[in-house]
Amino acid sequence: MRLYFELARRGYRRYSAYPAATVAGLFTNIFFGLLLAYILLAVYAETDEIGGYDVRDAIAYVWISQGLFSVVAIFGPSWFDLAIRVRSGDVATDLQRPLDLQLSTLAQDVGRAWYQLFFRAIPQFVLGAIIFEITIPNEAGRWLLFAVSIALAIPVSFGIRFMLNLCSFWLLDHRGPTLLALALNNVLSGMIVPLAFFPGSLDTLARLLPFASMLQAPIDIYVGEPIGGNAATALTLQVGWAVALYLMGRMMLAAGTRKLVLQGG
Amino acid sequence: MADLRALAAVYVRLVASRIRAHLEYPVSFSLQLVGTALLTLIDFVAIAVIFVNVPELGEWTVGEVALLYALATISFALTDLAIGHLDLFPQMIRDGTFDQILVRPLPSLLQVVTMDFAPRRIGKVIQGVVVLVLALVLLDVDWTVARALAIPLAIAAGAIIYASVWVALATIAFWIVDAIEVVNAFTYGGSFLSQYPIGIFARWLQGLVVFVVPLAFVAYFPALYVLGKDDALGLPQALSFASPLVAVLAALVAGAVWRNAVRHYRSAGG
Repeated sequence: MRLYFELARRGYRRYSAYPAATVAGLFTNIFFGLLLAYILLAVYAETDEIGGYDVRDAIAYVWISQGLFSVVAIFGPSWFDLAIRVRSGDVATDLQRPLDLQLSTLAQDVGRAWYQLFFRAIPQFVLGAIIFEITIPNEAGRWLLFAVSIALAIPVSFGIRFMLNLCSFWLLDHRGPTLLALALNNVLSGMIVPLAFFPGSLDTLARLLPFASMLQAPIDIYVGEPIGGNAATALTLQVGWAVALYLMGRMMLAAGTRKLVLQGG
Repeated sequence: MADLRALAAVYVRLVASRIRAHLEYPVSFSLQLVGTALLTLIDFVAIAVIFVNVPELGEWTVGEVALLYALATISFALTDLAIGHLDLFPQMIRDGTFDQILVRPLPSLLQVVTMDFAPRRIGKVIQGVVVLVLALVLLDVDWTVARALAIPLAIAAGAIIYASVWVALATIAFWIVDAIEVVNAFTYGGSFLSQYPIGIFARWLQGLVVFVVPLAFVAYFPALYVLGKDDALGLPQALSFASPLVAVLAALVAGAVWRNAVRHYRSAGG
């Protein structure tokens, strides 16, 4: 346990070593946030409510989603770390180390996520809340559930990225699967438009998939519109995806390792 | 002129070799094509989903916004195809491999943009053309020769404007190598912004894209002209025709910025 805690700290420090990158990322996220906020304000000039989201919910969505963008790594440099090591063969060294590759990568990713949460998500959200009128829940309980949901979103996002990286064992080049995953990630997580905007049952279908568990789920809890009408359902779904993806990643790693050994490493 | 022709030949040869390199991994390349098609399709989903819920956006109909989207997307896709690999350039500064570029007898910018070439990006150009056709079907444009000419002219000018903004901002890497994500705000962010009517944005943002980073000339002003719409910003009508001129100016500024930045380059090796 101590070991994984230390690995998480290293993951954190790896990002805190580049403050200029953080400021640049913050700038870009805020710029996108402003654009999206003005677009949604224009949308809500025509209507009062879409799929349970009023204008203040929608603007809250903008600033939470832009903040979580880096925390759950909708896209970012952390996408390729392992894939590049698989391609170069360095992963053989990783597998010889006396620690679990999946757990140690997860620990480092959690450290990365904490850094992004403190230095990107929270400042961005506070700024958005100051500039725009957004929904601010007044029950402490909802804030707590929101925090739990964010904590669960991190292993879900890790699970998706880990499997994506492992595709390199078979394809060597990671660019194809990356693009495919990027497309799914962007639209099905709720990053581009809130899933509540989707017509009819597409909305519910999208919220059941793992992508929604890493971004839309915490936001839905925050604005009081969780799937199934209660936060417990949304959180259970998140736990389910985190566990399922972890187990699938484990099986994929075992199969990939076997293949690596056959090729002679 | 002979010089330019020689450079063009070098460019074609370098790009062809990059394309061959991509075809070395056929499964990954096919997935990339599917991914690009999906990604660009999804891009338009955002607009489609908005118009499922509301009839108009800032007094623009779905057909009109589709025209903005098509102009912005085709221009940006062409820029991305030609110089999208400027994204990799900060890594060259970090590693010090930019040194190699300076000792070769070719313009540094030409070498940087031909480091890689992603043929899959053609998919994005095609998707933009599809949306353009869709927009023209949805719209009832009062066609004149000038209006018909305005569309290809806007696309060419738009591509040059995007490229200029990209090159000029990428030079930030010569000074602060980690800060390169700032460029994304104006390139990817700029292409996103140009897909929407400028009138819905805050006043300061409108000023920024008209007078500082001239993104309003990519799609907004040309679309106003083609559609015969009034400018919500209340600017002179003549700006509707200014895109080609703005593009030439932007390219000259970007070229000057790049040359100046290269002169200030200090290798990672000290």
